[in-house]
Amino acid sequence: MDPRNLEAGQTIDGFHLVERLPSGGMASFWRVTRDQDSLPMLMKIPFLRPGESPLTIIGYEVEQMILPRLSGPHAPRFVAGGDFERPYIVMEFVTGISVKSFLEKTPLPPNEVASIGAKLAFALHDIHRQHVIHLDLKPSNVILRADEAVLIDFGLSRHDQLPDLVQEEAEGPVGTGAYVAPEQVLGDRGDPRSDLFALGVILYFLATGERPFGEPERAENWRRRLWRDPVPPRGRVATVPAWLQEIILRCLEVKPDARYATAAQLAFDLQHPDQVTLSARAHRLRRDGVFTTAWRRLQARRKPISAGRRELTSHLANAPIVVVAIDLEPGHESLSQALGHAVRRALATEPNARLACVNVLKISRLALDNLEDAQGRNPHLGRLIELKHWARAIPVAPERITYHVLEATDPAGQLIDYARNNRVDHIIIGARGSSALRRYLGSVSARVVAEAPCTVTVVRVAGDSPGVSIGAPHS
Amino acid sequence: MWIGLFSDIHANREALETCLDHARRGGIERFIFLGDYVGYGADPGFAVDTIMREVECGAIALLGNHDAAISSGTGGMSSIAAEAIEWTRPNLDATQRDFLARLPLTFEDHGRLFVHASAHAPERWEYITSVEKAARSFMATRARITFCGHVHVPQLFHLSPTGKLAGFEPVQAIEVPLLVQRRWIAVIGSVGQPRDHNPAACYGALDVERNVLIYVRVPYDTETAARKIHAAGLPNILSLRIIEGT
Repeated sequence: MDPRNLEAGQTIDGFHLVERLPSGGMASFWRVTRDQDSLPMLMKIPFLRPGESPLTIIGYEVEQMILPRLSGPHAPRFVAGGDFERPYIVMEFVTGISVKSFLEKTPLPPNEVASIGAKLAFALHDIHRQHVIHLDLKPSNVILRADEAVLIDFGLSRHDQLPDLVQEEAEGPVGTGAYVAPEQVLGDRGDPRSDLFALGVILYFLATGERPFGEPERAENWRRRLWRDPVPPRGRVATVPAWLQEIILRCLEVKPDARYATAAQLAFDLQHPDQVTLSARAHRLRRDGVFTTAWRRLQARRKPISAGRRELTSHLANAPIVVVAIDLEPGHESLSQALGHAVRRALATEPNARLACVNVLKISRLALDNLEDAQGRNPHLGRLIELKHWARAIPVAPERITYHVLEATDPAGQLIDYARNNRVDHIIIGARGSSALRRYLGSVSARVVAEAPCTVTVVRVAGDSPGVSIGAPHS
Repeated sequence: MWIGLFSDIHANREALETCLDHARRGGIERFIFLGDYVGYGADPGFAVDTIMREVECGAIALLGNHDAAISSGTGGMSSIAAEAIEWTRPNLDATQRDFLARLPLTFEDHGRLFVHASAHAPERWEYITSVEKAARSFMATRARITFCGHVHVPQLFHLSPTGKLAGFEPVQAIEVPLLVQRRWIAVIGSVGQPRDHNPAACYGALDVERNVLIYVRVPYDTETAARKIHAAGLPNILSLRIIEGT
C-alpha cells in the first residue's frame, strides 16, 4: 500500500478515508470514519519505501506496541493496527491546540507558562505511571484540549517492560536536537526524568521565546549541553519571576538526580509558585564562566551521569508526594506528635518524597468574609506559622516541604480534591477518639479513607478520647 | 485462541500438574510441548503418561535431548545429566520409552516453528544463549517466529526489518506483541527446572489471533519435588536446583 496513491473515499479495512491531512516526515495522515463509530479518528500510514530512514519503520512498530497499552486522557486512544501488507495505525483524532502554536506568541506571561507546564507534567506523570517514557517531547507533540494535555507520537518512546526497539536500531542517540536530554545524548533511554528535561526546554521557550540550547541538528553537537549551561531565562527576559527560573533551570540540570524526581513533583511546584524554594539558580542572570565550563567539559568525558535500566514504577514509588493533614486545635498535642512519628517513618524509606503539610480551616457556609478574627488577625497566617512550627522536627530538605492552609466548608471533600489535583500518593491524617457528636457529624478521616484516590494512613493515639469539638477539621 | 507452550518438564510432577491446572483455568485450549519430559526429576513415568494423554487429546509433543538419550544413549551430556538418564531408563516402561523414541524434532504451523533447542540442526541441541546462536537459528528457518526451550532461562530474541538482532529478558505476566514486521525467537523457560534464579515454574501463553506472548510464572510445591529427587537417590544438586531456581 503506497500512501501516495490513496484518495478520499477509499476504504481500508472498514475505515473510510475522509480527508488527507498535512503529512509528517515519516508518515501520511488521514482523517477517517467507520460505520457505527462516532469517535473522530486518525489513520497514520508510515512511509515504508526503500531508502527511508530505518527509524520510520521502527517508530511505526514502537507505536503499534505502546499505544494499545496506554489508557487515560493523556494519550490518543488506539483503535486498530494494520498488518504486514497494509501497515497503518488508527487512533483517536485529538482536537485541540498544539503547543507549537503558542511559540508565535512568546514570551508568554509566567502564569500561562506555569499553567501549560502543569498540564504537560500531569500528562507525563500519567504515562510514566503506565511504564512509558516519551523521549521525544516537544511542542509539536503536545495538544492541549479542555483542561488537559495529550501527548502524541510515541515513535521514539520506551516501555520499560517491553523490548526497546529504538535502542537496538539506532547507532547513536535519537531525539530532537533542541529537546534531547544529556543522558539521552549518552545513550541512556531508561530515565523518566529525560522527559522533564524536555519539558524544561519547552517552559524556557514559552517564557523567553528562545530555545536554551538552540536547535542543533547533528547529534555530535548535542553533547555541548553536558557542560554548557543555558543563559538563565531572567538574563533574556527580565520579567521572568525567580520562582519560574528556579523551576526551569531545575528541569534543565545536567544530572537527572538534580532535576525533579517525578513529573508530579514538578507539577506541584508549577501549581504553587509561592511555595517554590528559591536556590542560587533563581537569581542567576548570566551563564557560568569559562573555567567552570571547561572543568565540566573535562568531567563530562569521564563520568556517566545516570545509571542503566531502571524499573519505572519503583522509581516513581520512591518519590511520592506525601500530604500530612495536621490538626492545629489545642488539646491534640499527642495526636500531632504521633503524626510527626508517622511522617518521619514514611519519609525514612523514601528519600525523594515531597511533603505537603496541610491544615484545613473550616469556614462557615454563611460567613463570606471570615478573613480576620475578633482581634483583627488573619487566621490563615497564624496557621501557617503553626504548621511550620509543627514541621520543624521533620528531617526534610527545605525544597521538599511546603505548607498549605486550605479553606473549606467541607474539610474532607477539600482534602480529597487536593489529593486528586496534585496527584498525591499518600495522605497521613490523624483521627481523634470517638465522641457521640463525631459519630453524628461523620468523621473526616473515614471519608478521606473511603474516597481519596491514593493510600491513606490514619494515625490514632491509643486511649485518646478528647471532648466534643464542633467543626474540627480532622476529627 | 490461547496456546500453552511447555518446555523442559524434567519429570517434575508437582510443577507439571500446577502449570497444567493454571493454564486450563487461564483459558488455554491447546498445548504444545517442546521436549525434555524426563531427566533430573523423580517422576518420569508420570510426566510421560501425562504428555501421552495430552497428545491423544490433540496436543503436539516434540523430542528433547533428554528424551532422545533414553534410547540413543547419553553421549555429549554432563555427568549429572547422564546419571539421571541412567536412573530414569529403568523407571520407564516399554510403552513410555517407545512414545519418546517416536517424537518428532520439529512442528511447523502458520509461519511458526516449534523445536526443542534451535532451528539450526535441531538434532545437535544447540543452546540459544546469545545473539550469534540466535542468528544461526534465524538463518536456518523461514518461519517468522520460533518457539524453543532447552536453555531453562526465558529470553526473547528479535530481528528487525533492517536486520538488527537483539535479545530481551521478558518480564513475567506482561503481554509482548510479536510485531509482524520482525522475526522472533521465543526461548520459553522451564516448567520443571528453572535456572534464572526464580524457582517458580515457567510456561508460555500465546494468543494466535492477537499475536501476543506472555511468559507465565507459577509458584509450585518445590519442597515436595526436591524431597522426591533426594529420596530417589538422584544427585543432590538436582534437588537444590529446584529449590533455588538455579
